[in-house]
Amino acid sequence: MCSMYGSFRVLLQVLSAQLLCVWVLGSELTFELPDNAKQCFYEDIIIGTKCTLEFQVVTGGHYDVDCRLEDPEGTTLYKEMKKQYDSFTFTAAKNGTYKFCFSNEFSTFTHKTVYFDFQVGDDPPLFPNENRVTALTQMESACVSIHEALKSVIDYQTHFRLREAQGRSRAEDLNTRVAFWSIGEAIILLVVSISQVVLLRSFFSDRKTTTTRVGS
Amino acid sequence: MLLSIYLHRLSFTYMFLTVWNYALYFHIGETEKKCFIEEIPDETMVIGKYRTQLWDKHSNSFLAATPGLGMHVEIKDPDTKIILSRQYGSDGRFTFTSHTPGEHQICLHSNSTKMALFSGGKLRVHLDIQVGEHTNNYPEIAAKDKLTELQLRVRQLLDQVEQIQKEQNYQRYREERFRMTSESTNQRVLWWSIAQTLILIVTGVWQMKHLKSFFEAKKLV
Repeated sequence: MCSMYGSFRVLLQVLSAQLLCVWVLGSELTFELPDNAKQCFYEDIIIGTKCTLEFQVVTGGHYDVDCRLEDPEGTTLYKEMKKQYDSFTFTAAKNGTYKFCFSNEFSTFTHKTVYFDFQVGDDPPLFPNENRVTALTQMESACVSIHEALKSVIDYQTHFRLREAQGRSRAEDLNTRVAFWSIGEAIILLVVSISQVVLLRSFFSDRKTTTTRVGS
Repeated sequence: MLLSIYLHRLSFTYMFLTVWNYALYFHIGETEKKCFIEEIPDETMVIGKYRTQLWDKHSNSFLAATPGLGMHVEIKDPDTKIILSRQYGSDGRFTFTSHTPGEHQICLHSNSTKMALFSGGKLRVHLDIQVGEHTNNYPEIAAKDKLTELQLRVRQLLDQVEQIQKEQNYQRYREERFRMTSESTNQRVLWWSIAQTLILIVTGVWQMKHLKSFFEAKKLV
């Protein structure tokens, strides 16, 4: 009887610790996805946590990628093909390992750079040991709202930076391509015009020898 | 009795989930190299933490880190110069501060000392990379500088604003590079078009002259 109460108490303590400080397991990564490849990421999520998955293709081809999010039992929560940018919010209905995959299997030779941001739960509190009994003062709640606003500013900045990186890589590609093809075209032009003349000359030289042979 | 055992197991599972789990994870093959890109302004601190687990055929699960299984971490700056290239153990923590703004590349690959460790299995890598103001440990700062809660909140806001400012500066530098690239393309298109038209005209004229003199020599004209 005592041991049962003891273990029950332990469980309650751990659960309350969960509620007081919901862990943020937010990750933001940019990785390269080679052609015909699939990259999966996994995360263990607790039931009831609000999660957001945001992704954007930074460079490569038509800037599109397939994305798929599955819950621990394999049910597809989100599936989009050839998407450039998207954001998906969900609340975890089950405990366990959630999996999301990015696939570039439809592409034959372009490798892509993909950015994703997977936020799980809320931010950890500044004071993890605090026991929030009193309400926040006006100053403190003002600080909290400024903090939230700045977080969204940083988020917008990140997306703007990614779009700019996209544009810039296209422009640099264009620059090298223009140089390469211009030089190539000039060389082809010279080669074709010289060979045209040489070919014409060879036509007339052959005919002259045959006519003389027929004559004699 | 059974209920108490069950409750104990449940509480330990919860503790396991929360204590051991600090990030996203992915699977990596034996010789595979996984690279991540961080585009950051200069003087920004980046802290990366990773933890590895190896698939165990016998227990059909992922076991905690085994000795002899290390990860090699290589970090390149935007000029593709290697700024960090170190071998860490199965759990590692690496830090670097960027000195040039741009795309830094963080590459990880396993460097197991015993090849048998891998044998058909996959390595699970938990990874967490924090950049800029996320690297600050606020409870630590509060304890060190003896700040009240309000002061700590304001400090956090200041750090965030500083990060935004650095990013804006970096944005200005990137925009300048973009503009230079576009203007270079513009110049190249202009000069190469003129050059190609000239080559076309010159070769056309040369062709006609050459053929005319050729036919006159052959007494066909």
